[in-house]
Amino acid sequence: MTPLHLARHTVVTCVGDGLAPLRAALLTGTGGLTPCRFNGVALDTWIGEVAGLDDIALPAPLAEYDCRNNRLARRGLESDGFDAAVRATIARHGVRRVGVILGTSTSGILSTEAAYRQRDPLSGALPASFNYRGTHNTYSLAAFVRDWFGLEGPAGVVSTACSSSAKVHAAAARMIHAGLIDAAIVGGVDSLCLTTLHGFASLELTSPEPCRPYDAGRKGISIGEASAFALLERPPASLDADAVLLLGCGESSDAYHMSSPHPEGRGARLAMEAALADAGLTADDIGYINLHGTATPNNDAAEGCAVAALFGTRVPGSSTKGITGHTLGAAGALEASVCALALAEGFLPGSVNTRMLDPTIPIDYVLSTRAAAIRYAMSNSFGFGGSNCSLVFGRAG
Amino acid sequence: MSAPHSLCAWIEGVGLIAPGMPDWASGAEVLAGREPFQSAPSVLPAPLLLPPAERRRASRVVRVALASGLAALEHAGVDAAAVAAIFSASTADGHNCHALCETLASNDHRVSPTRFHNSLHNTPAGYWSIATGAMSASQSLCAYDGSFSAGLLEAMVQTATSQAPVLLVAYDAEHPDPLFAVRPIPDAAGIGLVLSPVQTPRSLARISVALSDTPPDPLTDPALDTLRTAIPALRGLPLLGLLAAGGPGCVTLEYLAPLSLSVSLDRC
Repeated sequence: MTPLHLARHTVVTCVGDGLAPLRAALLTGTGGLTPCRFNGVALDTWIGEVAGLDDIALPAPLAEYDCRNNRLARRGLESDGFDAAVRATIARHGVRRVGVILGTSTSGILSTEAAYRQRDPLSGALPASFNYRGTHNTYSLAAFVRDWFGLEGPAGVVSTACSSSAKVHAAAARMIHAGLIDAAIVGGVDSLCLTTLHGFASLELTSPEPCRPYDAGRKGISIGEASAFALLERPPASLDADAVLLLGCGESSDAYHMSSPHPEGRGARLAMEAALADAGLTADDIGYINLHGTATPNNDAAEGCAVAALFGTRVPGSSTKGITGHTLGAAGALEASVCALALAEGFLPGSVNTRMLDPTIPIDYVLSTRAAAIRYAMSNSFGFGGSNCSLVFGRAG
Repeated sequence: MSAPHSLCAWIEGVGLIAPGMPDWASGAEVLAGREPFQSAPSVLPAPLLLPPAERRRASRVVRVALASGLAALEHAGVDAAAVAAIFSASTADGHNCHALCETLASNDHRVSPTRFHNSLHNTPAGYWSIATGAMSASQSLCAYDGSFSAGLLEAMVQTATSQAPVLLVAYDAEHPDPLFAVRPIPDAAGIGLVLSPVQTPRSLARISVALSDTPPDPLTDPALDTLRTAIPALRGLPLLGLLAAGGPGCVTLEYLAPLSLSVSLDRC
């Protein structure tokens, strides 16, 4: 693909608002997971909860969108000067020429869960205050962000479980290359809810301790929540050497099982190969892989198998989910930001909570953060339904 | 600012499942005004390609998506593995969501694992790849009432940028009470379209799509127009009506107000 400039990016995670706390957590190897106390949920697991979401609301004209997911989105829009950067881009290109392509798996379903606890005892009706379109509907996130900026261009939500906000990069890049838009707000927002907490628990995939990616004794995921946004544009004539470009996207399907990855990571490997081909690079060009690394026994074994087959032990990689938890529909965009920080600032992120590497996975797994100049990085995101996406980012110079 | 930009492709095959229109052959007669529209519940074929356990458990939303996609592929004479698939729907499975939320509102929060993975927006896309064995990329989109147009736009963009054929499946299924009261989708429906970047001997029409300011066109028959507005996937019916009538012509489809999609068809 023709490279696109990651002109601005930002995240909100359980370690705080903006890139600064995430950078500090990556450099010092400290995580933000806590025992699950969310909404009275009695599950023996740890989560990556963003503080203070109950205490903010949305501006009055956007009140119809008020829910945990869109509050988290607002916190993201207001971090790292993202809002101002987007408005400057809109001023340059116009409200029709900036797209909004975002990923979510949960959207605001937490609001529907709450509405079901307040049904009319006689009629069974949901409370009158419940706004389905603004909160629960999968499109609500992109509708909110589009209205936040007063945009009138193409928009949509990609909802492919845990690959959602990786795939938005591919969709937005295609739209820019097809000439429909000049820039795109991409990203993902996923928020804690009973559906994912109890759902992953029902699959016996939630860990009773902070998740330990690629550890021999890994026991499952720690569910997190996050918002992560980026502004994608055609690159200007000159870029600083540490500017980050989106260079390639690869997508595939497992065609195997709804909630288990193919044991040898067949679909994962196809996605990584497609991303390399799209970027015009080979496996040996990659300097760091941000692994999907959910810390379930199956995911890490399958992904590790595919990474070992493609990269051997030549390319260092790690999962950063020990810091943030698995933020599901936001993971792709969040971990794109991790890659962008690693590329711009020259370090390999370590793996928080991983103590003893799984000896059956023969890859170069990074346990502790260390300085390293890297030119190209890959980010992996794989979701239920067998939906896979790999992205390749690179430095401008 | 760039000039209005138009994307072009060729329509290779159509699948349709809608109330009173069990397939594209009969639906085309109704949409072209050659047969009267008679309302009847949508008929959803069993997903025979799925393994028996999955087939039994397949929800209505999975059935309508798989059947409309497979019908379009069959019409086009294209194998599922040869196309990237774009799924677009205004929501996930409403019945499953209702059951899940009832459980989560009860004193026993334990949900079934199947119920959980069937709650995903991309469940039909997952079953599609399992049923067909296709490992090609698939997309799962949502744009509320603009979901048909969001899917069509993505399909046009994908076939233009990849220079390979794509399959669009726009589908929706009904909501049960009490969700029906806040999102009154009355029945299941799906539209499948196979698009090719180049003309082939199978091509039915050349399609051009551009962003527009024009308000969406209604269908002439009031009963059919009620369907168009009741089921988000059927916002694409005016395009099928044009194709059924033999084109050429132009219709405007609902997308994300004030933005709409202007769609032109030329016969091959």
